[in-house]
Amino acid sequence: MPGNPWFSWSYVVGNAPLLWERTVEHAGLTVEAVAISAAIAIPLGALVSRSRWLSGPVLGTVAVLYTVPSLALFAILAPLLGIGRTPVLVGLVVYALLIILRNTVAGLATVDPAVLDAARGLGYGPGRLLVQVAMPSALPSIIAGLRLATVSTVALVTVGVVVGYGGLGQLMFQGFRNNFYRAEIMTATLATILLALLLDLVLWAVGRALTPWLRRRTA
Amino acid sequence: MSAPTGVVDQALVWLNDPLTWTEPGGVLELTGEHLLMTAVAVAVAAAVAIPAGAWLGHSGRGAGTVVWLTNASRALPTLGIILLLAAGGLFGNTATVIAAAFFAVPVLLVNTYEGVRGADPDARDAARGMGMSGGRILLQVELPLATTLVAAGLRTTIVQVVATIPLAALAGGGGLGQIIAFGMGTQRYGEVLAGGVLVAVLCLLIDAALAVGQRLATPAPLRRM
Repeated sequence: MPGNPWFSWSYVVGNAPLLWERTVEHAGLTVEAVAISAAIAIPLGALVSRSRWLSGPVLGTVAVLYTVPSLALFAILAPLLGIGRTPVLVGLVVYALLIILRNTVAGLATVDPAVLDAARGLGYGPGRLLVQVAMPSALPSIIAGLRLATVSTVALVTVGVVVGYGGLGQLMFQGFRNNFYRAEIMTATLATILLALLLDLVLWAVGRALTPWLRRRTA
Repeated sequence: MSAPTGVVDQALVWLNDPLTWTEPGGVLELTGEHLLMTAVAVAVAAAVAIPAGAWLGHSGRGAGTVVWLTNASRALPTLGIILLLAAGGLFGNTATVIAAAFFAVPVLLVNTYEGVRGADPDARDAARGMGMSGGRILLQVELPLATTLVAAGLRTTIVQVVATIPLAALAGGGGLGQIIAFGMGTQRYGEVLAGGVLVAVLCLLIDAALAVGQRLATPAPLRRM
């Protein structure tokens, strides 16, 4: 083998289909994990912020789960759920849960009480109050949570390599095993970072489109 | 692959064997190695991040850089960095410590920065009025006021480092992650499960111990609860 460069275009070009396949796998897993997590965490956050006695135990439990290292969690889940996609997906959902839940609760806590009072005075019921007044106010914080969760999840997917499903992480590890093929590890690492930045940018744009009133205020 | 109950049984049998714990390269030795690597990595990260964060917070410079660094570090795949270090010739425990310290710096930096920056301006003003120099203000006023945040940062950092070190086992590093990596390599899933449980328990125990330590490190007037 002539040298072992840190980066080589011929590797990227020659392996474009494989790189693309792994990137799609990586992105699909990330989006699915964050979506499931959001579907659980946002309603849970709304529920938890209504009752003080619920919020302590729920946030505490999720925080304990978050403390378990990803490698250990995948290692625990894999023998129980089978090698492959499922343990990685379950693990990723658990990690994203805490981030989104915290931001939802924090966002709902900062809603202006005067606004809630005004809506109540206009005859809004608790359900309408939550959906039409509290949630839009908490939206910037929730979106910040989704962005943070997405970026962390993209990086975490790579650890899934221990159970045989790590998206671009598969390429990193394959390159490592394959006589420290630097170009492969480097390309996969850069692709992971780019994917994180890209998804972050998409969510930023979605957030901007969903909260037009924030733009008007600063303009 | 055997049935799930079989795996759980294997894990229990493995964990119940005294030799598993006491043999050379057994659980006790690996735990010791794991904790030693954690201590070195955290010490290195703290030696860099706390003075840097304190100075930046004191001078009020670099807010953008600190925030950017923290956000960017989240996007970096730890596994990729560890494997790149290995491919560059940096192997084993030294490489593990470097990688773990590298990922520990942003958390500590941002907490120290925020702590010093967020010190009560009135207290800072009073200190200046008493004729304290910049250095003395930092050491005797701002840093004591920042202890809560620095302690919280240290706790997060230590738990994060304990959690990062097992990843390096995939690249030939030591510590408890070896049990998981070895089990995966030899398809002994009972050991994988047992290794996962050991690493998880170690993290939770350390986090609980640090929660107590964090409370003790916080100056009494700053304690809430």
